[in-house]
Amino acid sequence: MYNLSGITDGIHQFLSSFLAPWLTVTVECVLIGVLLLLVYSVLALFYIYYERKICAAFQCRLGPNRVGPLGLLQSVADMFKILTKELIHLKNIDKFLFALAPYLVIIASMLSFAVLPWGNGLQIIDFNIGIFFLVAVSSIGVLGILLAGWSSNNKFTLIGSMRSGAQMVSYELSIGLSVLTMICLAGTMSVGGIVDAQSDLWFIFKGHIPAFIAFCIYLVAGTAETNRGPFDLPEAESELTAGYHTEYSGIHFGFFYLAEYLNLFIVAGVASLLFLGGWMPFHIPGWEGFNHIMDYIPGTLWFLGKAFVLSFIIIWFKWTFPRLRIDQLLTLEWKYLLPINLFNLALMVCIIVCGFTL
Amino acid sequence: MATIQEKVTARFPEATFTTDGILTITVPASQLTELAKMLRYDTDAPMDYLVTIVGMDWKDSLGCIYYLMSSVTNQVVAMRTSTTDREKPMLHSVADLWAVATLFEREVYDFFGIIFIGNPDMRRLFLNVDWVGYPLRKDYDQAPELNPVSVENERQTDDTHVWEQLPDGKIVETTREIFTPEQFVVNIGPQHPATHGVLRFRTAIDGETIQKIDVYMGYIHRGIEKLCEELTYQQTLHYMDRMDYFSAHNYHHGLCMIIEKAAGIEISRRAQVIRVMMDELSRIASHCLFIGTYCMDLGATTMLFYTLRVREQILDIMEKTCGARMTFNYDCIGGVMQDLAPDFVEDVKALLEVIPANLKEYNKIFTGNVIAKGRMTGIGYLSREDAISYSITGPSGRASGWACDMRKIRPYSIYPELDFEQITATEGDSMARFKVRLEEIKQSAHILEQLVDNIPEGECCVKVPKALKLPVGSWFEIVEGCRGAFGVYLESDGSTKPYRLKLAPPCLPLAGVVDHITRGQKIADLITIGGSLDYIVPDMDR
Repeated sequence: MYNLSGITDGIHQFLSSFLAPWLTVTVECVLIGVLLLLVYSVLALFYIYYERKICAAFQCRLGPNRVGPLGLLQSVADMFKILTKELIHLKNIDKFLFALAPYLVIIASMLSFAVLPWGNGLQIIDFNIGIFFLVAVSSIGVLGILLAGWSSNNKFTLIGSMRSGAQMVSYELSIGLSVLTMICLAGTMSVGGIVDAQSDLWFIFKGHIPAFIAFCIYLVAGTAETNRGPFDLPEAESELTAGYHTEYSGIHFGFFYLAEYLNLFIVAGVASLLFLGGWMPFHIPGWEGFNHIMDYIPGTLWFLGKAFVLSFIIIWFKWTFPRLRIDQLLTLEWKYLLPINLFNLALMVCIIVCGFTL
Repeated sequence: MATIQEKVTARFPEATFTTDGILTITVPASQLTELAKMLRYDTDAPMDYLVTIVGMDWKDSLGCIYYLMSSVTNQVVAMRTSTTDREKPMLHSVADLWAVATLFEREVYDFFGIIFIGNPDMRRLFLNVDWVGYPLRKDYDQAPELNPVSVENERQTDDTHVWEQLPDGKIVETTREIFTPEQFVVNIGPQHPATHGVLRFRTAIDGETIQKIDVYMGYIHRGIEKLCEELTYQQTLHYMDRMDYFSAHNYHHGLCMIIEKAAGIEISRRAQVIRVMMDELSRIASHCLFIGTYCMDLGATTMLFYTLRVREQILDIMEKTCGARMTFNYDCIGGVMQDLAPDFVEDVKALLEVIPANLKEYNKIFTGNVIAKGRMTGIGYLSREDAISYSITGPSGRASGWACDMRKIRPYSIYPELDFEQITATEGDSMARFKVRLEEIKQSAHILEQLVDNIPEGECCVKVPKALKLPVGSWFEIVEGCRGAFGVYLESDGSTKPYRLKLAPPCLPLAGVVDHITRGQKIADLITIGGSLDYIVPDMDR
């Protein structure tokens, strides 16, 4: 397995050889920040293209195919278009909150990037409450949505954001509990620790039944958390036109749009971390030769591959299912997912205590 | 029919009758309520379906013709009454007998200025609140200075007027609020993805629950009835495809039929068959589009593309024969504009081959889906009584268990010879309305199967004089559009232009029932219900 921590350590030593320690940290932070922004926007562009192509395939269409080879430059062109759009200033709105909201949303999703397991040793920050941090920062996003809906001074956005608030707060529970189930299995909240614990077998196999239930619940709750179909009620276009971001224009709208796609990636990334081993290659205990071959595929590819496959499933949901109604959505969470989740947590604990894990 | 006449004569000695196809009972305005009540609650043939109210200006008097149909015997009766007061004409409302009359009377008020005493909502229906004059009156002043094009915000009022007759016979006008100031009112429309056109629902909500809906229409009112009075009969046809643009053929068929009947023109068998085939092709295309857009309203965007594939195929067939893909102007007085395209039969056969597989696919993707079931089952329940009282015809009415297919109950053209079933369901919810349409596609395909190999030879259009004059008289016909019964009332004064052409579209009552069946449901259900009713806004606005 390639360990990229050697490279990052090398860079650190190289910098500290001629810079004061505080300056080293500053330079590294700036470098990482720039890199993060770059990865963030490239991923967003990729995701827009990815979803459009998948959705086109479902709908017997071709999707983008005019700009660049295979339409690859379409999302780049779209990005430039959105950058040049005017920010429309509205009357009678809370200007400060209105401007703040998209940044809250995008900052929440960017912060989550910090703890994703990009590859062996390729992590922005690895500390002992990594997963907890992730759950915490991803909740900031709902604040942005609520503010956006409230500050727009529009009834549609208000209804949209109220729906969103109810929805995200509810589904946070399911996410939290299914994450907790997996933390029980891992015995650590550190992202690096969770990945290392799956070096012999991925958690979804190791924890078999409860892990699989947790995986399903996580996918459902994750889809709801990202406000994607069939849970896209906050922006249900046929009911609320565009929900909480109806009044936004230009890059402010772009931020919401980007955050939505990146949240999709984050949800898929966290699912791959918790259930499919993060960057860890596919290993089967006892099959040394097979495991060795798998190790030749770089961890970053493993991670991205898993995330893209899981995102494909979530995109598939969106383009197949009709939308739920708000009461059905909350019923699903509070009456079904939550009890199942609590039971599942207890089951997982029993299985670990009895040593029934694979 | 004689029995009704006898009964009416017994109670209303002054009533006069004309029995030219449809029994028309003429009574003085003072006896109208009594007569309406008697017909409505008749034991043998209760006239429970109000087809339309035709407002009339006979120059010396203003009045109304009420077309009634019995859901038991399918018999049609007309009541006719008038008032000579042109300054402030007043008639008694029948809104307590037929729920849809509230809406129909508003329309008459809008166009003729006849005030209906007892109607709970006497506002204009289509025109602005400050519109000067009543456009369908014969003495209406069309001068543009009177009603200039406004460049400001739309004028509107939150009040409605009610005229009531006190026990002592005095008539008082009161003003009522539509919404109270405390209510949280959201405008759904006029520009909204789910209203299927420029329609506006003023929706009072409590959280997510709908308290009341005020339907506000008229954004695409073009005054087609008024325009037709200035046109020759051939020209009036061109407006029929601008109403329900998915039922263009059916509406053309209806108007052609009534003009041919009035003029005594016999059309060839070939033209009859072609017309019916085009009607049924339109029905399939329309229902396919309904399924697609309805699923899209519910969030399942992908279905739209699957249904559009079939619709596309039909539009290709139409394009080859009619030369257009929308707003077909194909049926004409005396037959059809031109003969079928050479590969018409082949194309229709190809279409019939793909329909069953497609329907199966729709059911697999959508109908059986657990979310779709949860969204549609039990939502927007409309009972059979309400469906009749609100004049909800077409697939929506049949989903409530009311067998109201005009092709069956008032057969026209060659429909009596054809073998097809009238699809009805008893559930009355959105799911039933959806499924009835799916089934109707099958029945239409079945009709096409019977005809495609049996298109007789012959000419497709008989010769009709350019300046067609109809004899003095009035006629009424109902045909089955894709969304319900389309009634046409034609009155001729012997000239080349209609004296009055009243078009009774199915979509106006559909919009009128929205408030009734959405109360207490969620906002999302408004979309489900509106979508399942499948109204077309240009059709209701005309």
